Amino acid sequence: MDAGLLAQYVMNGLMVGMMYALVAVGFTLFFGVLDIIQFAHGDVLTVGAFTALLTFVGLHSAGRGSAAVLLAMIIVAIFAMAALGMLIARYLVLPLRTAPALNTLLITLMLGTVLRESVRLFYPQGANPKPFPALLPSNSVSLGNFNLRLDNAILLTAGALMIAGVEFLLNRTKLGLAIRAVAQDQETARTMGINFVAIVLIAFAIGSGLAAFAGIMNGLYYNEINFGMGLYLGIIGFAAAIIGGLGSIYGAILGGFLFAALQTLGTVALPFASAYKDVFAFAVVIIFMAWRPTGLLQEKISERV
Amino acid sequence: MVSEGRNKSRASLRPGIIALALATLYLCALMAAERQPLIIGLLVLAVVAILGAQRMGWLAAISRSFADREDTLGVLAIVAAVAVAASFHDNHFVLLLIVTVLLYTVATLGLNIQFGYAGVLNFAGASFFGIGAYTSAVLNAHTTVPPILVLLIGGLIAALIGSLLLWPVLRTRGHYAALVTIAFALLLKAFLEVNDVLGGPQGLQVKGMTIGGWSFNDNIELGNVELSFYLSYFVLSLALLAAAFILVRRLERSWIGLNLDALRLDETAASCFGLDIARWKITAFTLGNFLIGIAGALFGMVGGFVAPNNYTFADSLILVSILLLGGVGNPWGLAVATVIVIVVPEKLQTLQEYRFLLYAVLVIAVLLFRPEGLLPRPARNYFPGWRP
Repeated sequence: MDAGLLAQYVMNGLMVGMMYALVAVGFTLFFGVLDIIQFAHGDVLTVGAFTALLTFVGLHSAGRGSAAVLLAMIIVAIFAMAALGMLIARYLVLPLRTAPALNTLLITLMLGTVLRESVRLFYPQGANPKPFPALLPSNSVSLGNFNLRLDNAILLTAGALMIAGVEFLLNRTKLGLAIRAVAQDQETARTMGINFVAIVLIAFAIGSGLAAFAGIMNGLYYNEINFGMGLYLGIIGFAAAIIGGLGSIYGAILGGFLFAALQTLGTVALPFASAYKDVFAFAVVIIFMAWRPTGLLQEKISERV
Repeated sequence: MVSEGRNKSRASLRPGIIALALATLYLCALMAAERQPLIIGLLVLAVVAILGAQRMGWLAAISRSFADREDTLGVLAIVAAVAVAASFHDNHFVLLLIVTVLLYTVATLGLNIQFGYAGVLNFAGASFFGIGAYTSAVLNAHTTVPPILVLLIGGLIAALIGSLLLWPVLRTRGHYAALVTIAFALLLKAFLEVNDVLGGPQGLQVKGMTIGGWSFNDNIELGNVELSFYLSYFVLSLALLAAAFILVRRLERSWIGLNLDALRLDETAASCFGLDIARWKITAFTLGNFLIGIAGALFGMVGGFVAPNNYTFADSLILVSILLLGGVGNPWGLAVATVIVIVVPEKLQTLQEYRFLLYAVLVIAVLLFRPEGLLPRPARNYFPGWRP
């Protein structure tokens, strides 16, 4: 294999890995503050992507320039999904805190169905894949056989900045300290005067905003979105979060890229399997769960799942 | 003396019989209704009637009656099902609907063993149902295995493929086991869609059931009355459901059921008392998938057609919804919930498109406001008729 093709694969893996990592960070944040899995997370991503598309359709008819439109799409989608995440936490997840953990699992799964089906039923022709506008400059730099596309480079950088931003927020700010305190010991955090409910809501807002960004990234990269994409990304993102050890941000990022690497390797090593790409991805999830149910990076006191 | 004392405390049969008779009449009316306003009226009537009965305390009497006199009422329920089917003996559509309800009830009973008794999550119910259906498609087309055996093989293959998931399911708990089964549901659908041998997205035709030389897909003529061919499937499905129901009930009441209950309620405590957790999880998961697979194999033959789109993750969630709406662990509740979940969208055509959404919202409401389900599982009944 020549270097150009290899670089192409690496680039593809990085893009996909970034999306997985963004989703996985959300899962890990929710798990950190509340010890629950938000199974509707992937579908929040879908709704975020569709919100962005809707914003585009609205602004496009108003005739704005493309950079401003893209910025508006990102801001609207992120804030809308942050609000949705807070609503989910406030009205579906927090009320069930005393109920068996199973009920939270079921309620978020069902909420995922509600979101997915709502997009399918109520977005105009939502059952069909929707073209997503290519709003980034599509110039490319040729490096030998490898075409580095500018839009991909921008997406990758933006994704990295998002994650770095969250990392900064968690580790360098007072708010982040509060989130980490709640994650470590809820009772003690409360006695220290931390507003538990507010922290949970903020964590959900951050995670869901990241999901919205991942959804837009997905749309810009593949130039297409559909109502089922969140389910797929959600499952893989959750698996990535587990691979990295739930509750750890770095683990989630690592898990996301590791998963993308496995997937890319799978497509390269098993060329016949390109049709079976999804089958391969989910098989990897299942095998990984069997092999390392607690993930690669274990917390000091790891939860025996 | 003792038996007399026990008989005295046994609940009366009457509420159960009345409820069964009313339900039969109501189902006949609902099935016969064609005009949408009439159907809506009937559904509203049912909701009002049930709420009224709840207020008057009749529902409690009915469930006591069903708990204490299950054998008699079970036989009567079979009679009632036959009566409903007989009154629509030449109506293909209604009979197909009834058969669908019966087979979905069998599948949810299988899910109930896993989820309701052992607490093993399975969000790939529709996938195992589909494995059964695909088995009957392939075996009926390419082999001469008698179709009645194909049903068994369908169940066995579902159990076998399910056992591939056992390793990750046993090593994980709660959310993580859920992830494994969801990943499997998505995997199977993706696999069926790209596999050309199994027909790809278009799916496969399934040949019908034959026993001896008698083909189930021919209409039956009795004298000059022509009966729908679905009636044969109805009889077979009803027999399957009765067998599954008895199996599940026996299982629940036996020491196995007790072990499964202990396992679900507290795994650590159960293993401290010497229960082999892995063994009982394997038993429940495999047995459940076996039942689901059998139901799926027969359902494939009834429908005559299998395609990946009928066995999606959303369909698996519908099965889970039935379980949650009916009250986890309560087979009678499951039967009622299956009727509601399957029949209502079929009769109210406007709802058909929205059914996944509708039931997801309904389950969220149930989880928030009545987490034990519409008809919760009564406390374990060690001796028939015994009450503290």
